Amino acid sequence: MSDNITINTGHEGTALDQIKAYGSRLKSGEMGALPAIGALILLMILFSALSPYFLTPINFANLFTQAATLMMLSAALVFVIMLGEIDLSAGVTAGTGMAIFVKLHLDGTPWLLAFGLAFLFALVVGWFLGYFVAKVGVPSFVISLALYLALPGVMLIILGDGGILRLEVPEIKAIMNTNLPLWGGWAMLGITIGLTLAMGLWDRSRRTKANLPTRPLSILGIKVAGIAVLGGAGVAVLNLPRSLVITNPIQGVPTVIPIALFILFVGTFMLDRTKFGRYMYAVGGNPEAARRAGIKVAKIRITAFMICSVLAMISGVFNVSRIGNVESSAGRAIVLSGVAAAVVGGVSLFGGRGRLVHAAIGAFVIAIIDNGLGLLGMPAGIAYIITGAVLTVAATADALARKRSGGPLVRN
Amino acid sequence: MSTPLIQLSGVKKSFGPVDVLKGVDLKVYPGRVTALVGDNGAGKSTLIKGLAGVQWYDEGRVKFEGEEVSLTTPRISSALGIEVVYQDLALCENLDIVQNMFLGREELQQFTLDESAMEFAAAKALQSLSVRTVKSVRQKVSSLSGGQRQTVAIARSVLRDAKVVILDEPTAALGVAQTEQVLNLVRRLADKGIAVIMISHNLQDVFQVADDIAVLYLGSMVAQLETKKTNHNEIIGYITGLKTQKEKA
Repeated sequence: MSDNITINTGHEGTALDQIKAYGSRLKSGEMGALPAIGALILLMILFSALSPYFLTPINFANLFTQAATLMMLSAALVFVIMLGEIDLSAGVTAGTGMAIFVKLHLDGTPWLLAFGLAFLFALVVGWFLGYFVAKVGVPSFVISLALYLALPGVMLIILGDGGILRLEVPEIKAIMNTNLPLWGGWAMLGITIGLTLAMGLWDRSRRTKANLPTRPLSILGIKVAGIAVLGGAGVAVLNLPRSLVITNPIQGVPTVIPIALFILFVGTFMLDRTKFGRYMYAVGGNPEAARRAGIKVAKIRITAFMICSVLAMISGVFNVSRIGNVESSAGRAIVLSGVAAAVVGGVSLFGGRGRLVHAAIGAFVIAIIDNGLGLLGMPAGIAYIITGAVLTVAATADALARKRSGGPLVRN
Repeated sequence: MSTPLIQLSGVKKSFGPVDVLKGVDLKVYPGRVTALVGDNGAGKSTLIKGLAGVQWYDEGRVKFEGEEVSLTTPRISSALGIEVVYQDLALCENLDIVQNMFLGREELQQFTLDESAMEFAAAKALQSLSVRTVKSVRQKVSSLSGGQRQTVAIARSVLRDAKVVILDEPTAALGVAQTEQVLNLVRRLADKGIAVIMISHNLQDVFQVADDIAVLYLGSMVAQLETKKTNHNEIIGYITGLKTQKEKA
């Protein structure tokens, strides 16, 4: 037999063929984050038409800092939602961890040690949840609901009678309240483009070496150009002076953005390019098939819950950095928005389907609804109602997409 | 005939008071399709589970390539080259063909998945079975037909260098054209020198593709015959218990 393969691999054809193939994938129901991106663009057009403040540099920067906490929590939840599980306690875990951190620091523990202990707490909680789900067999909804009820109590005990403690760690406050120098934003963009290009070319060279067809180079070019244009515009706007007070200039990319980007990159790399990531999707898609293929399903589940708790803790760090204190209700309300963001972004609650970037986009949709309606002076109630409506549409789209691709409508 | 690849002698298995296998003998040869037939409850699944290492036999001897082996875990069976394609196929619909074929034994390069190597090997394996029905090896399994899924599941065993492939009712849920495709695939599998054991209820399929037919009746192997030396009626007779005379091979 010859060394060439004659079966197609999806990499054949011209750029146009590739785009057509993408179109037919969309039609067959694999829409990914596209509906959410559409919603995002629509909302941006709508709000910039309705409010003169929406497209100002200061509001643009605010949007990022407002979205960052929700985005990180939603990304955390993707790891468990992908397995068809849920962690209702992700928010209060983060709140409790931050309460431990702030309290220990105020009591004289070095902040880094206290910070580390908060993350240790996240690992323990994640392991606890994972153990009960994977080994004992308690539904994740129930066991995480138990923590959702219990952890605010722990927080209350830690925080004492006042129920609130101030964060006195400048390094943590800096995450949400400082900006990169102007060159820093461009450097961040440069690294992003460089990495995308390098990984694209690396994959290409591997395929060529293996005698496999490769996609036309122009596809990679379009991708890189897209990042350059959108990212460039974003950095340029964030580098504009945006302070309302002339004596106190504010400009530059908020520090939280490169941090969040880095975490998303590492997480995505793990899910797309490692055995662990492959097993996550396999367990989410068909746990029995995964088990028969020799995958240690319980171990994957427990690890997923631990990653979820750790990323949730990072969202807690973002939150405490932004508001500057911890209260006993921290993380209770946001967790459901986190689930909503993931679903809006195209992560399937049925399991097996979803990417971190989906959660990020979904979080932006929800943050923009909040932000835009706030600018329009609408009562908060309206924002909740609209967010609920968007979630309904997204969940329906998910269900219809599954119907079309022939997947089960009920979790197995 | 050459030495059998697998030789079972006097295999017994009981669940509490129920004797499911009452001393079964079976010979399976490389390059031949052995059909395993029998009515519901005859012990076909129990016999297969023992070979897969999922559930071991209480008594009896298993010889693999002439050597006595004890198949106590799926890992041992798998290491010997015994692969089972279950009726429900056990594929992840959300993954593509390559990902499914390599599930659990991914190839790596410096901690990351070696996608190109896996894609190449998967395409090769499908090609070696003359599979022409799949559009792309990167298609999601959810977009495949029943016959194509069966093809992927069978090709997966080829990829694992199986010496014995056990197929549990491979054509059960398929239409006419797809059944034909899968039966052709079974034939090609045997032509590659693999010993194929096919459980089937469909005698038409059995007579079309099998070289040998082994009949289980209430936990006993009542006959193992060459397909060309027997006929429908005789086999039905053994399956239903109307004929019980044990034939020595």
